[in-house]
Amino acid sequence: MLGRYREGIRVSAPFAVAVVAFGVSFGVLARTAGMGAVAPIVFSATTWGGSAQFAAAAILGSGGAVASAIAAALLLNSRYLAMSAAIAPSLTGGALRRALHGVAVVDESWALSARGDGTFDRDKLIGVALTLYPAWLAGTAIGAIGGDAIGDPEALGLDAAFPALFLALMVTQLRSRQHVAAALLGGAIATLLIPFTPAGVPIIAASVAALVGVRGR
Amino acid sequence: MTGVWVTVAVVGAVSVAIKAVPAVILGGREVPAAVTGIFEALAPALLAALVVTQTFGGDEELVLDPRAAGLGAAAVAVALRAPILVAAVVAAVAAAIVRAIT
Repeated sequence: MLGRYREGIRVSAPFAVAVVAFGVSFGVLARTAGMGAVAPIVFSATTWGGSAQFAAAAILGSGGAVASAIAAALLLNSRYLAMSAAIAPSLTGGALRRALHGVAVVDESWALSARGDGTFDRDKLIGVALTLYPAWLAGTAIGAIGGDAIGDPEALGLDAAFPALFLALMVTQLRSRQHVAAALLGGAIATLLIPFTPAGVPIIAASVAALVGVRGR
Repeated sequence: MTGVWVTVAVVGAVSVAIKAVPAVILGGREVPAAVTGIFEALAPALLAALVVTQTFGGDEELVLDPRAAGLGAAAVAVALRAPILVAAVVAAVAAAIVRAIT
């Protein structure tokens, strides 16, 4: 079992670098948006969802209503309902233990622990989370406290690292024609909805594409 | 409590619930094969959606910016079976170059 944790830590190393950088840019943005230094760190510790936190900070920073900041962030995190439901059958133990596995779910930990047959490696999930959670917190703290001394992460192309990481992860998940169909359909649904819906909706709507797997095996 | 802290508290609490509740309620149950098929297809579908939203997503509009060049470079790297970190670095470098010259 320890080996699986370690495996999770090993495979998440490339992601940790990107997550720290993303955390730094969130910390800087949140500070600029007038959130102070402590609130962004607490935000990262509890919400642990980069895009949701970015959306909330951006809306607050541009003078938007608290309700819209909350709604946008929750919409962006709603995909975790589907991801948590997907790992559920692979979990054992009591309610608290299952809850901890659920909280360990972020895009990267979920995708890296997917075995490709609909089941999940729960120890690997925890291993990835144990790497990426501190990375996210440390990045946020560096950005929120040391913000001004750091340049613009976009100039370094770091905003392009995540699509690349997700693409590489997606390719590892394409194990049958159905998976390819699900990816194409999911990508198409999200692309079509981007211009018409608030951020978050395109992603959660794309989960409908998983229905191609219903005839399964 | 200021708006910032209200946002942090509400989003934080609900996000934890969003992740924990399905795992607790559905945890450890036998699922029909059809549902397993859906869970199997969920990973490629959601990852594809993340790729397009993080590359072409703007403020409720599709945008073409240096991130697209990064994704293109990453696609080549992935096709050449480069390790995942190499794909990310290639994407970042390509996006930075395009951003610097445009």
